[in-house]
Amino acid sequence: MTNGGSVFGRGTNRERAATRPSSQRRRRLVPYALILPAVVLEMVVHVGPILVGLWTSLTRLTQLSIRDWTGAPVVWWENYRNGLDPSGAIGSALWATFLRTLVFAVLVVFLSWALGMLAAYLLNTDVRARGAFRMLFLVPFAVPTFVAVIGWSFIFSRDDGALNHVLVDQLGLFDERPFWLIGGNAFWAIVVVAVWRLWPFAFLMLFAALQNVPHELHEAGALDGTSRWRQFRSITLPTIRPVNAVVILIMGLWSFNEFAIPYVLFGPQPPESATLLSNLIYEHSFVNFNMGLGSAMNVLVLAFLLAVSVWYVRAFVPRGRDE
Amino acid sequence: MRIGRILAISLSVALSAGLVGCGDADGDDENAGSEGARITYWAVSMSSSITDDEAVLEPLLETFTEETGVEVDLEVVPWADLWNRILTAVSSGQGPDVLNTGNTWSASLQATGEFLEFDDEALEAIGGAGKFIETSLAATGAEGMPPATIPLYGQAYGLYYNTELFAEAGIDEPPSTWEEMVDIGQQLTQDTDGDGDTDQWGLSILAGNGGVGSHFAFILGRQHGGSLFDESGNPQFDSDEQVAAVRRYLDLMVTDQVVSPSNAEFTMTEAADQLAQGTAAMVFGQASTRRTLASLDFDDYGVARIPSPAELPEGGSDIGSMVAGTNIAVMDGSEHVDEALQLVGFLTDVDAQVELNRTYGTLPVIEEAYEHEAFDDHAIQTLSVNLRDHAEPFPQVPEVGQMETLVGGAVKELFAQAATGTVTDEDIRSALEEADRQMEAAG
Repeated sequence: MTNGGSVFGRGTNRERAATRPSSQRRRRLVPYALILPAVVLEMVVHVGPILVGLWTSLTRLTQLSIRDWTGAPVVWWENYRNGLDPSGAIGSALWATFLRTLVFAVLVVFLSWALGMLAAYLLNTDVRARGAFRMLFLVPFAVPTFVAVIGWSFIFSRDDGALNHVLVDQLGLFDERPFWLIGGNAFWAIVVVAVWRLWPFAFLMLFAALQNVPHELHEAGALDGTSRWRQFRSITLPTIRPVNAVVILIMGLWSFNEFAIPYVLFGPQPPESATLLSNLIYEHSFVNFNMGLGSAMNVLVLAFLLAVSVWYVRAFVPRGRDE
Repeated sequence: MRIGRILAISLSVALSAGLVGCGDADGDDENAGSEGARITYWAVSMSSSITDDEAVLEPLLETFTEETGVEVDLEVVPWADLWNRILTAVSSGQGPDVLNTGNTWSASLQATGEFLEFDDEALEAIGGAGKFIETSLAATGAEGMPPATIPLYGQAYGLYYNTELFAEAGIDEPPSTWEEMVDIGQQLTQDTDGDGDTDQWGLSILAGNGGVGSHFAFILGRQHGGSLFDESGNPQFDSDEQVAAVRRYLDLMVTDQVVSPSNAEFTMTEAADQLAQGTAAMVFGQASTRRTLASLDFDDYGVARIPSPAELPEGGSDIGSMVAGTNIAVMDGSEHVDEALQLVGFLTDVDAQVELNRTYGTLPVIEEAYEHEAFDDHAIQTLSVNLRDHAEPFPQVPEVGQMETLVGGAVKELFAQAATGTVTDEDIRSALEEADRQMEAAG
């Protein structure tokens, strides 16, 4: 950008000699003209579909009206009323799923962050073969979701899965072989897989952040006789706070929008205990083909995430240098 | 550089990028005026890989091109994507000329208005309605309307049994009533190695598969004289008959205990695997289960119909299957309707029917094909009788997909509950009631 600016800057000087005010105004338009393609494309690729989605949420767009989808009957707020009414069949499912997704996201972010932090902290000392560990820890993040989750589905299988083999056959913790892929335990299955997938990201970011914590601070702390825990709380954490804030925000948004893990583990219709918001919206939109309702739910989720993100960014993410 | 020019260039770059995106992607224009028409055919994947399907279909389509001069662009679509692909085609108006559909979707697709109605003339063009098996032709759209789809590969449920396990137990006939089936099942549910755990089960079912759950809610419901929708098309999933039907299905695991609780996790081919391994004596399977068993190198099995209760409940229908299968349809917007109908006719004629159904392990949908020696097989003959005489079409209403999700989901969750505890009649009723409410709320 600076390059472009200087080129046009020179041009402006030359023009100034000719003193033509109208041409000056035109020069000022140049940057806008140059970003115009990007703006137009952004409108086409992003803003357009969002607006279509908003409009869809006000209609009853189903398989019956999809042939001529612009002419789908407008129902205004009916989809929203259905979705938000906690005593209705659809609203009660949405609220339950919303709470479940919230719990899921909080658990996954907390556990992933804790694991990532622990690993980063341990590797940040002078451990041998640091590189090898780092590679190993990144494996879950690098394996394609589909492949990894299929692998987990074998592990969780009741009769011949590795998990029950360890828990029941070897450790003898249960008399009955528990189910992990159906019923209430399915929720824990998706939490485990999600944490397994996400923690390397936390590890990677926090590890990079820890390497930037000045060594002198720790030395000073050690001289004053503080414990490692105290050093961690009073030196490490405050120093990496900006990174932490961003990592938690990103992981929170990812977890809240998680779709692939339940979908691959259980198919288009996961057990109730493992149905997250994205899966519920998918079911309404693409299994039942009630796109209007699906869009309305999507808009509600978007509004919620937007509100939370704005609050979070204001409260925790540090502003730029100009503050 | 002039501002105007920059603007013009910028805009044209943006617009051309946009236009390329929106461009007519199916390349119809090439065909205009050319002598041999070119049509697009979406075939659903019926084997384990898309390459296998192409290897089966391409030679056939070449024969079709030789006979008619019509070129066919084949695309094989996996089952999991088919529904979405079809509805995208419907909404954009940019679809293939000819495509495969699940036969239970017929009424849904019909309601979009985007599919060619097979009126008398169109039916005549593909060889006449008379060539098809009657039940198959009944699952092609709402009653009283011209078919929106045409049968292509037939499927029916059957009771597969392991003949070796039956012989060892001295049983030489498959069960002819539901009660007999449960008896035999209990007799064959055994702890064969004496370690205190049952390792051989009487029956194995895909209790974790919602689609299958909705099929059995329908089949057993009809045996009880129930129906999932009333005459004006409103859901009545929680009628007494339906509750009784789901009760009987669940009881295979709960009270009869001929089905392992593990079956609540089964969604794909696990039941067939168990039959082949000898860890289950019987399974419920569709015609294509034969193909799964063949791929496991297993042929010690017999096929019977899924039995009804000895005393059929009042108003009950003595069926053991639904009319299942894959259908074929023509998009209304096709520019080559005649050629599309030629292809439908070709694929439902005897040569293609023999070739395709033999390869896919499915049932021919035309009478004539059964005379071919390839289908002179006890299992196929039994399954074809199941399809002709003991099957009714799934409800032909537009909301059938949603019903499958909701009722199937309820049955699946009930099995999950049964696997870890007990299920009361009240649980069943309230689960079905909830499905009913969701169906009505989504309207």
